[in-house]
Amino acid sequence: MIAFPVLILGARSDIGRALARAYAARGATVILAGRGDLTDDCSDLMLRTGGNASTVAFDVTDGAPDAFFQSLGTVPGTIVLVAGLLGDQAKSAADDAAAALVMETNYTGAARYLLAGARVMQGTANACIIGISSVAGDRGRGSNYIYGSAKAGLTAFLSGLRNAHAKTGLHVMTVKPGFVRTQMTAGMKLAPPLTASPEQVADAILRAHEKHRDVLYVLGRWRLVMTIIAAIPESIFKKLSL
Amino acid sequence: MTTILPLSGWGRYPIVDCPVNFPGSPDAARALVAQLPDSIARGNGRSYGDASLNCAATLDLKRLDRMLAFDPESGTMTCEGGVMLSDLIDAMLPRGWFPPVTPGTKFVTIGGMIASDVHGKNHHGSGSFCDSVAWLDLDTGEGRARRCSATENTDLFAATCGGMGLTGIIVRAAFRMLRVETSMVRQKTIHAPDLAAAMALFEQTSDWTYAVAWIDCLARGSALGRSVLLLGEHATLAELDPERRSTPLHRPKRRVKRVPVDFPGFALSRPIVKLFNRSYYAAQRAGERLVDLDPYFYPLDALLDWNRIYGRGGFVQYQCVLPLATSAVGIRALLEEVSAAGNASFLAVLKRMGPQSFGILSFPLEGYTLALDFPATPASLALVERLDAITAAHGGRVYLAKDACMTAERFAASYPRAPDFRAVLDRIGTRRAFSSSLSRRLEI
Repeated sequence: MIAFPVLILGARSDIGRALARAYAARGATVILAGRGDLTDDCSDLMLRTGGNASTVAFDVTDGAPDAFFQSLGTVPGTIVLVAGLLGDQAKSAADDAAAALVMETNYTGAARYLLAGARVMQGTANACIIGISSVAGDRGRGSNYIYGSAKAGLTAFLSGLRNAHAKTGLHVMTVKPGFVRTQMTAGMKLAPPLTASPEQVADAILRAHEKHRDVLYVLGRWRLVMTIIAAIPESIFKKLSL
Repeated sequence: MTTILPLSGWGRYPIVDCPVNFPGSPDAARALVAQLPDSIARGNGRSYGDASLNCAATLDLKRLDRMLAFDPESGTMTCEGGVMLSDLIDAMLPRGWFPPVTPGTKFVTIGGMIASDVHGKNHHGSGSFCDSVAWLDLDTGEGRARRCSATENTDLFAATCGGMGLTGIIVRAAFRMLRVETSMVRQKTIHAPDLAAAMALFEQTSDWTYAVAWIDCLARGSALGRSVLLLGEHATLAELDPERRSTPLHRPKRRVKRVPVDFPGFALSRPIVKLFNRSYYAAQRAGERLVDLDPYFYPLDALLDWNRIYGRGGFVQYQCVLPLATSAVGIRALLEEVSAAGNASFLAVLKRMGPQSFGILSFPLEGYTLALDFPATPASLALVERLDAITAAHGGRVYLAKDACMTAERFAASYPRAPDFRAVLDRIGTRRAFSSSLSRRLEI
């Protein structure tokens, strides 16, 4: 059972757009939340599916999650948190403001919005919170540990939220997409067997949502890859260029 | 951010390493086009040859795919250039609307349909796709889009419709759709024993909305041009079986198959194709029946990656049109050449076309169009060269969206309005801002 309306936090991203289309195709009323003008995306959803959609301004770093949920005028049945920021590791390591933005977007902001969401959804039947975390959070690596650590925080947060609400009826799902061909990764060399399209990610999330899965690796291979990476002893790991 | 990718058209010949950008919004595309000195737009890469390749910069616009508005009063759809025709049909057919003109595949983008000014099986009566376009927004790299229509920037409109992307990026477009009562087609099948019979049938059946003939291009002698004519009309509600009338716009889910591997060369050898053609001709039952819209309009879309049938080397598609006056003689000469060469072409299609459209580089011309495809072998490329000569000698021309082989001289001779096209670009000062392997080869 998928509870409506579905609130997409970070609807401008490629995964956000694919998710909105997939949920709308399933008959969901969708609320698109993101920065900037989302009217065209909203029209697109309604034309594609004949269903209902609306937009609301949202910035994960604005620090006012309670006000945001009050402004919605409705209680979402499902919240999908997509907003994320990869940033540039070298820049984040050198510049405090850049590092803070990555941490705030991927962890503090994200967690605060989901906490506020969990509060308003209390008692809603079949309520579900889905957080898009990352395989980068499974182990800190030199090439992206600022982003990775923030995602590790989000993964731990989602796991705790799931545990805390196991008896309240609020389901929480953690998604680790692996590589996805999006604007965020444009220009990067991504290994094709480990890379999914935004549409693949959206389909996998919908299926997992219906099955009440707890943790979803969109491509199963990633679970194996990350298990191996996690098993490397730290004394060796620290010398690898990963 | 740019990725270097080996790109090709649907024919997988030629393959060119191109730096590709994937803008996610019209704003991102605008910034890119303004900054790049030379680029080309690419939609779903379904033009066959080298029209969507630029080794300086290629812009993949598939993410500009939002449907923006639909006015049921006039049937006008407004959408971004990267919207896929398949998505448009999925969205609008259940509400009783169909594209006014559709090519033989639905895996094309609206921008690509405009840039190629595509035609369908109804060209003789409905014209090409751009005849239904109310306006388009063209990004020419000056930091803003220009609205082009029959009343605004008219010369740029005429250059863009069929302009192979060489005028800029089609960001948005509005076009009129066709009202349909059902998702079925009333199809009439007629066998024509030879070319003269097929052409006579086309002339007699011009009141049918859709008409196309499949030709067995290996038939020789008195059977040269042996073909099966498929005529079609959108079925009306009253024509449906009573049990279908409650869900007239329902489309049965089609079983889609993939071609798992590149076929070896012998798969398309003459005896095998001959056998296929003979059995296909015999298998087509004459008479009228109702068929689903997908297999009628898009027979090959059920076979994803069908271009792999032609093997790793790829294939070339040859489509030309000859003026009415020379069609009978010219099409015969083309078929004789193909038949004598023995190059197997599975898909040979003949169609009657209506008058030329307003697009300066638009392909259609009043007469007959013939489409063939061949594996991209040296022998086939030599054959294509001979076919080019026959087409030119009969005053015809080759479809740029399918071409990978033509020379600049042939292009200049067969597209006499090319100087007008260049004049439009010179006037707005974007002559070199957009180019492709095709435009360089043909010196457009």
